[in-house]
Amino acid sequence: MVEWSESERTIITSIFSSLDYDDIGAKALCRCLIVYPWTQRYFGGYGNLYNATAIKNNPLIAAHGTKVLHGLDRAVKNMDDIKATYAELSVLHSEKLHVDPDNFKLLADCLTVVIAAKMGSAFTAEIQAAFQKFLCVVVSALGRQYH
Amino acid sequence: MASTIGADALNRLFIVYPGAKTYFSHLDISPRSAQLRSHGEKIVLAIAGAAQDISQLMVTLAPLQTLHAYQLRIDPSKFKLFSHCLLITLACFLQDDFTEVAHAAMDKYLSAFTAVLAEKYR
Repeated sequence: MVEWSESERTIITSIFSSLDYDDIGAKALCRCLIVYPWTQRYFGGYGNLYNATAIKNNPLIAAHGTKVLHGLDRAVKNMDDIKATYAELSVLHSEKLHVDPDNFKLLADCLTVVIAAKMGSAFTAEIQAAFQKFLCVVVSALGRQYH
Repeated sequence: MASTIGADALNRLFIVYPGAKTYFSHLDISPRSAQLRSHGEKIVLAIAGAAQDISQLMVTLAPLQTLHAYQLRIDPSKFKLFSHCLLITLACFLQDDFTEVAHAAMDKYLSAFTAVLAEKYR
């Protein structure tokens, strides 16, 4: 089981409670599709992904980004057992969506960059460490049910 | 500027990935130390300098390749971690100006730079 200090819990819950999910979710997913273009392979039915502008203006992508970010809520609310919380989602991503689990880390990195850009100098190294630790646990839990 | 960016990125590296500190027992790497700033500056200037002629990375980086392969012998996985921290530093400083396209370009460049840097390891 993962151990969380009081400070880490506060950092995580505080970041998520101040998030505009529609804005940040969309931004993180767009960034992932632009910075790591091969991730577009999972979005064949999402319309125009031809260039950065098209991706950023694509409403389907924006909506999906929001959905994904809301998916992180469950982990924030269940920090002491993220593994169990995501068991079903892990199966979904493996059996139905067939997403390469390496992609979780790519999206996590993009989310970190988006949060860093939003918080600016307030995104200290300590906050980065706590946030990345959290995302690392999420990524690991999502990859767990792959066989 | 280079020392500020470099020091910030290095500081992030040491705090988020403490294993990286093992290569710096000979320096004072506390957050506001002069040695951290000076070392950070050196790294950022090398990265920026090589970007002046990206097609010549193998030539420009030859001395640094030798240094890292035979003397420093830093595990190349640390290059990836530092690159990530540098991107985070840039995001914090540039905020909205650190667009997706800029991020993609920097990530691509840093990947190429670090790949060349590790070339003489074996």
